[in-house]
Amino acid sequence: MPRVKVARKSTAIDMTAMCDVAFLLLTFFILSAKPKTQDPTKIGIPAATIIGPIPEVDFSTILIGQGKVFFNVEGDDVRKQTLKIMGDKYKIAFTPDESTAFAGTESFGLPISQLKGFLDMDPKQRAAVAQPGVPVDTTNTNELYDWVHSARLATQYLHNKDLKIGIKGDSEEEYPTVQKVISSLQKQKVNRFNLITALKSK
Amino acid sequence: MAELDTSGGGKHKGGKVRTKKKATRVDLTAMVDLAFLLITFFILTTTLSKPKAMELVMPDKDDKNTQEPVPESRTMTLLLGDNNKLEWFVGEPGKTQPAVIGYGKDDLRKILVDQDNAIKQSHGGQDMIVVVKPSSQSTYRNVVSVMDELNITGIDKRAIVDITPVELGLLKRDGLYK
Repeated sequence: MPRVKVARKSTAIDMTAMCDVAFLLLTFFILSAKPKTQDPTKIGIPAATIIGPIPEVDFSTILIGQGKVFFNVEGDDVRKQTLKIMGDKYKIAFTPDESTAFAGTESFGLPISQLKGFLDMDPKQRAAVAQPGVPVDTTNTNELYDWVHSARLATQYLHNKDLKIGIKGDSEEEYPTVQKVISSLQKQKVNRFNLITALKSK
Repeated sequence: MAELDTSGGGKHKGGKVRTKKKATRVDLTAMVDLAFLLITFFILTTTLSKPKAMELVMPDKDDKNTQEPVPESRTMTLLLGDNNKLEWFVGEPGKTQPAVIGYGKDDLRKILVDQDNAIKQSHGGQDMIVVVKPSSQSTYRNVVSVMDELNITGIDKRAIVDITPVELGLLKRDGLYK
């Protein structure tokens, strides 16, 4: 009686389909990934245990590091509108080019008098500028107050929503700078804000 | 795993020299490996890099209606000094001796829980009120740590208040403020 031969199967699998799927997913994740934004100063955020997510739109971040304060608001349209309101307020006329440049700038820390010159530079030069920080003091009308106020007006005007505000401070920052920022927020009745923190285990 | 090329083999003895027929299949294993490695990387970086935040609600400074008188005996004051140390006392400044502690979970959290229980017992279940007073030499990290400990221990009656000269004097005396 002849032996029954087991058919020998090839060990090679057709990987074409798997490869297709893998690259499709890869493309999706690469495209959906947000490029990491560079903070103008070195900021090591403190850690906390009980934290929640923060919104990605209609959100403004105030960076605090080395005694300097930087301001950022999400969304190109909101940035443009904010700059327009600030320009009207401080009687500075920004050209459309400067407005576009401002919409592409993440965080900035300059007095508004220097902002026009800063926006006229090309992007490479801008990165080299040492930014002195947005002026904040204890008076009622400091520039940070006006920036936050304008950004809130712009969000209200464009999206009909309230602007949420986050404070991203360096762990080693001494408290007075933080206090000045908080009091400029409280002066415009922003009593609810987010402290951006890393996650810490209990 | 990889496909073995078995089509080769030495020259045919005496026969015609044939050109080797190359397989049209490419080994995709390495390519798939790499693709999945990159996918894993991108999945992890996109979900983990989302910033998180702790919500902080400050009392409205102008609104007089929501402000209620604070009984001193239920109030615990935390004075934040330099070198990651703080002082705490219950009641009026100067009357009770402040104690110096650190921010760790064995120091601050234990005291918060103990005091909260003690005050609840002596005041018929009323909550403890915590007043956080950061001095100008405390860091942002200290404030965040204190607020976090308050969140963990579930003490929601708290406020961040400016420090008074008397309390600065206490910090100076204990060497927590230069």
